[in-house]
Amino acid sequence: MEQLIQQIASGLANGAVYACLALALVMIFVSTDHINFAQGELAMFSAYLVWQALSWGFNFWLALPVVALISFMIGVAIERLILRPLHDAPVLSVVVVFIGLLAIFHSLAGAIWGHTIKAIPSPFPQFSFVGSGYIGPHQIGMIVVTLVLLLALFAFFRFTPLGLAMRAAAQNPASARLAGVRVDWMLALGWGLAAAIGAVAGSLVAPAVYLEPNMMASILLYGFAGALVGGISSPGGAVAGGFIVGVLENVIAYLGNLLEKSSGVYIIGNGEKLTVALIIVITVLTLKPSGLFGKVSVKRV
Amino acid sequence: MAALLEAEGLKAYYGQTQALHDVSFALELGGITTLLGANGAGKTTTLRSICGMVRTEGSIRLDGRPIGGKATEDIIRLGVGHVPEGRGTFTNLSVDENLRVAAYTRKDKAAVARDLAMVFEYFPILKARLNQQAGTLSGGEQQMLAISRALMLSPRLMLLDEPSFGLAPLIVQEIFRIMRRINSEAKVSMLLVEQNAALALELADHAYVLETGRVVMSGKSSQVKNNEAIRKSYLGY
Repeated sequence: MEQLIQQIASGLANGAVYACLALALVMIFVSTDHINFAQGELAMFSAYLVWQALSWGFNFWLALPVVALISFMIGVAIERLILRPLHDAPVLSVVVVFIGLLAIFHSLAGAIWGHTIKAIPSPFPQFSFVGSGYIGPHQIGMIVVTLVLLLALFAFFRFTPLGLAMRAAAQNPASARLAGVRVDWMLALGWGLAAAIGAVAGSLVAPAVYLEPNMMASILLYGFAGALVGGISSPGGAVAGGFIVGVLENVIAYLGNLLEKSSGVYIIGNGEKLTVALIIVITVLTLKPSGLFGKVSVKRV
Repeated sequence: MAALLEAEGLKAYYGQTQALHDVSFALELGGITTLLGANGAGKTTTLRSICGMVRTEGSIRLDGRPIGGKATEDIIRLGVGHVPEGRGTFTNLSVDENLRVAAYTRKDKAAVARDLAMVFEYFPILKARLNQQAGTLSGGEQQMLAISRALMLSPRLMLLDEPSFGLAPLIVQEIFRIMRRINSEAKVSMLLVEQNAALALELADHAYVLETGRVVMSGKSSQVKNNEAIRKSYLGY
């Protein structure tokens, strides 16, 4: 039982990072209908920027907002400079661009910082508390930062005119233009926000998984699974989906271990966590393509 | 007679297909002008050309300044409210948010509040539906919302694309009555596109008749109304 609680707790912590990435994916999807395959590598690149700042002696909590801002600008620049000319291009061309971006940021990080593993120390203070046997301070920190980020984003979209304009532009670009909204800039802003959210996700997960150019590859898959479970068109759903996937992968592996111990049959365990994520993706896409909280999009023909 | 909007030799294209061949018209400041014609005559395309939503050639001037080739957002910001075909509702946003998006470009909060009050006076039903999701409104209510969104831009010129489309006659009458009030009280000039020619000629003071992307006749509404040949061949009543 104790172990199960522990697994759920650490699942929630991983889920926090998946939730961030899922949110970043949804951010771009709702406004452009594209899945940004380079989202993970962008987040990894941002994590390296944080590492660089730390190695120059800056404080983590100073470095993170600055890096988030730089990532924001990188995101905006990618949209304005690389994707803008492709506005009317077929989906496949855009996908190729995303894969190109993935390769570029991957190699760039390797070229600048090398392929050896680096460590980012946890920015959260070490302390013990009731239940610290179940969950570590870094894990709690990850969950708290994610929730704060979500609340801030929610407030931005719900209560500010700019957030409203972004929602309007995502939902009905033609009508938004007729309201005077500069839709093109709203897309770029969406890209910037996604990159900034990814930066937070990357820097939070780096202390847990070690920093190296491949670190986000599997995490992006989990994020993708989270976005699909919650509904790729629903930001709130994506976050819930991220947490669900985080907990599910741990609980399923735990149950697999339990089964092995009691009956000696090995079906699933810690080694198959990624498989679990992929199974979730396939299950959701076959049974409920719009996700748990997503809207079914209906097209009149 | 000052011309608010002037088009000369306007041509418009959807890809390779030419939709307008040679359209010229002038809109009087403060007046209501209507564009009439059969399906496919180019009425909607003319409105879209004004707002830079299609590729155009020829000249379009607002207040004497050329606006051809400008981005839609920039033309809107010059004081052109466009009530589009199909109403353009933000279906997932609330009625309140629909109205606030339209006022997004305006800085003067007090003026926005005044315009909101004006909108509620014209369309009290929208005030009652304020927090409802706009997609759940009836067709008539969504048309009212579309006109209100255009009003929230504080426009000098309003382009209306078939505001009567798909609505019950009583609702249409109501909407046209309020359009007349908006024209006289809020001093908004209007360019109205309508299938329902009888209704449009009732409201408008000038009319242009389009056929396959060309202006074939123009004049005061009364002249057009009384020209039996035009009425029979183009307006169908």
